[in-house]
Amino acid sequence: MERHWEHDLEELKQRLLWMGSLAERAVHQAVHAVLDAEEPLAEAVLNEEDAINEIQIEIDERVQRLLALQAPMAADLRFLLAVSRINGDLERIGDQAVNIAQSAMRVMRHPQVKPYVDLPRMSELAEGMVRDSLNALVRGDQDLAQSVMQRDDQVDRLRDQLFRELLTYMMENSAVVFAAFELILVAKNLERIGDHATNIAEDVIYFVAGRDVRHPALDRR
Amino acid sequence: MSEMASPSPGKEQVAAKLTPKVRTEGGVPNTSGKETPVRFNISGLNVFYGTKQAVFDLHLKIPVNKVTALIGPSGCGKSTFLRTLNRMNETIRNARFEGAILLDDQDITKMDVVGLRRRVGMVFQRPNPFPKSIYENVAYGLRINGYKGRLSELVEQSLRRAALWDEVKDYLHKSALALSGGQQQRLCIARALAVDPEVLLLDEPCSALDPVTTAKIEELMFQLRDSCTMAIVTHNMQQAARASDYTAFMLDGKLIEHNETSRLFTTPSDPRTEAYITGRFG
Amino acid sequence: MKRAALIWRKSLNVIMLTLTGVSALVVVSVLFLILGYLLWNGGKSLNWAFFTELPKPVGEAGGGMANAIVGSLKLLGLAAAIGLPIGLLAGVYLAEFGGKTFSFIVRYTTDILNGVPSIVIGIFAAAVAVLPFKHFSTAAGGFALGIMVIPITVRGTEEFLRAVPVSLREGAMALGASRWRTIATVVLPAARGGIITGMLLALARVAGETAPLLFTAFNNRYWSPGWGQPTASLTVVIYTYATSAYDDWHRQAWAAGLVLLGLVLVANVGTRLAVSRGGAARGV
Repeated sequence: MERHWEHDLEELKQRLLWMGSLAERAVHQAVHAVLDAEEPLAEAVLNEEDAINEIQIEIDERVQRLLALQAPMAADLRFLLAVSRINGDLERIGDQAVNIAQSAMRVMRHPQVKPYVDLPRMSELAEGMVRDSLNALVRGDQDLAQSVMQRDDQVDRLRDQLFRELLTYMMENSAVVFAAFELILVAKNLERIGDHATNIAEDVIYFVAGRDVRHPALDRR
Repeated sequence: MSEMASPSPGKEQVAAKLTPKVRTEGGVPNTSGKETPVRFNISGLNVFYGTKQAVFDLHLKIPVNKVTALIGPSGCGKSTFLRTLNRMNETIRNARFEGAILLDDQDITKMDVVGLRRRVGMVFQRPNPFPKSIYENVAYGLRINGYKGRLSELVEQSLRRAALWDEVKDYLHKSALALSGGQQQRLCIARALAVDPEVLLLDEPCSALDPVTTAKIEELMFQLRDSCTMAIVTHNMQQAARASDYTAFMLDGKLIEHNETSRLFTTPSDPRTEAYITGRFG
Repeated sequence: MKRAALIWRKSLNVIMLTLTGVSALVVVSVLFLILGYLLWNGGKSLNWAFFTELPKPVGEAGGGMANAIVGSLKLLGLAAAIGLPIGLLAGVYLAEFGGKTFSFIVRYTTDILNGVPSIVIGIFAAAVAVLPFKHFSTAAGGFALGIMVIPITVRGTEEFLRAVPVSLREGAMALGASRWRTIATVVLPAARGGIITGMLLALARVAGETAPLLFTAFNNRYWSPGWGQPTASLTVVIYTYATSAYDDWHRQAWAAGLVLLGLVLVANVGTRLAVSRGGAARGV
């Protein structure tokens, strides 16, 4: 029997996915602001920040309302809890994108430190993780979510690599410190974005399968 | 970009939710900022059984085509109050009330009671079908109100509105008592709906029914709300939360809080309301 | 000690079970004994003439009780016409309306009336309906029986109306039915089975009364046209014939007794069947 508030659950999912698309776009634009030194892209990201924050509040209100009024069980309950957590992660991805955009504005004023090789690779990975984690939510695809979680290590390694490289540059040439430092921040932000995408993937698995896969090192008997 | 991305309308809701204004003057408490038309306007209601007072100075507006739930602990006066709305309290000796109850601005004490009860129907806690056939049960209200002709049409319409037609259409002349409890309650709803009331009062309609049947009746109420104002007394808070647009909380005969259901159950303004709905009451 | 107590308890159990069983048997056998006796003694005298002919003059064999049968039916009919409507309406009043004190008085007097010996009712009816007119009549007999029908009907009606749940009344009133409409279209039909049973049982009981008829309808060896003449009735005829000196009349008395009992049985069994088939299970 279809219940009338199932429509509300569907709407909530659509709003979350819309927020996800905004976050994805913000990351993409922010990274390209850095890579291509495009100031308009950076500004676009800063302007979009409010939209993402507004949706976060809206989604939390919707979740609160559905929890209070419908006392959902089983999959519905897991869905709402997952949505609530994904909501937070998406907002922080938005914040990270804003940070990248701000770094972009500062980096642009300096000559390019080195040809960008690892940074584009990292951003592709991170963006891919965000995209796939949201697709996993849409399709209820545990395997896709799992693959996102596995890519996190790659992102971490790329960040470490970038750190070492840039440190070396900074030590050799103190003139590039400002720019290199911003690039280190950007790498850090991208790595955080990867973490948040991983969280989203874990929440998707929780929703779909009811398993909490967040801290596998912990012994859970 | 990922697969979905369709911006569903959410901006206005966001705006409204960010600036919650609770209006109570004139209309009914709501956050949409719009005036909600009122079906029942109750002011200064005091209900007595002999010398014992059951309801104290109650002021309440019941909005049109919405479901208003009345919750509160046993003996708080919610059923007593509900029964004054169609003057059913008069069937009890020594019951009387003071104060104004206006149905669309008409004083119900000055109306013909039969006319009032045709406009304000009631469904009771335990299904009470007459020991007649299903058809005769639904037709009863129509017959006593002098409807001639088209009886079968109206009976079918009511049974459809009560989501019972498909189950009984081949057995209309079977006794109503042969139906299951849930079907009997839906029959009582169909019977009440047959005379096309503007208001339907439901006094704990699901308390004798199982969860699946209860869900069916709640869905039924959801479908009906466009054409019928409903007031439901329930001691099941989850039902009030699921099925109503507005909720009024009563305690010891007094109205403590009345607000949109979504507000009352997430951020009640009175600590007593909070104590009751969180189950910390008493 | 424990073992003795156990044996005692078990034997007590068996004794009581046996006693109750035997008592039940006694009850059943009494009825069958009466029936048997009547069948044996009266069966021989039952013939077509019995049902269609008038009594023959004393001494002559044969003849029948047609007038007594018709007379009984007339008396019963009149008793029903007088007693049932009054009993029904009074029962409705007690169950549905009535203040505390008045209802109490009505109920109490009904019970007393029920307990008044039938012969006293006969004397009363004689004083009211016979003496002023200076002759016995069917009407007076019907009147006497009618008075007896009232209290049984009142109590029966009231009991069965009270058994109809309040929720049914509320349901009707919530649809806009007035008090009387509710009673007529919902409550009475719902209690229909019980009320009709009560009425038929009242009539069956009254059909077997002799004493009140002795000074009201008296007796008649011929047909009794209309309502103003004394009439024969099965019960009075049984009394007369059984106390007479003639064997032929004795036999006829047995037959009359059998017919009377037969009527009562048919009424009882018939109402039970009619009620169970047409009762609430099927809807009114």
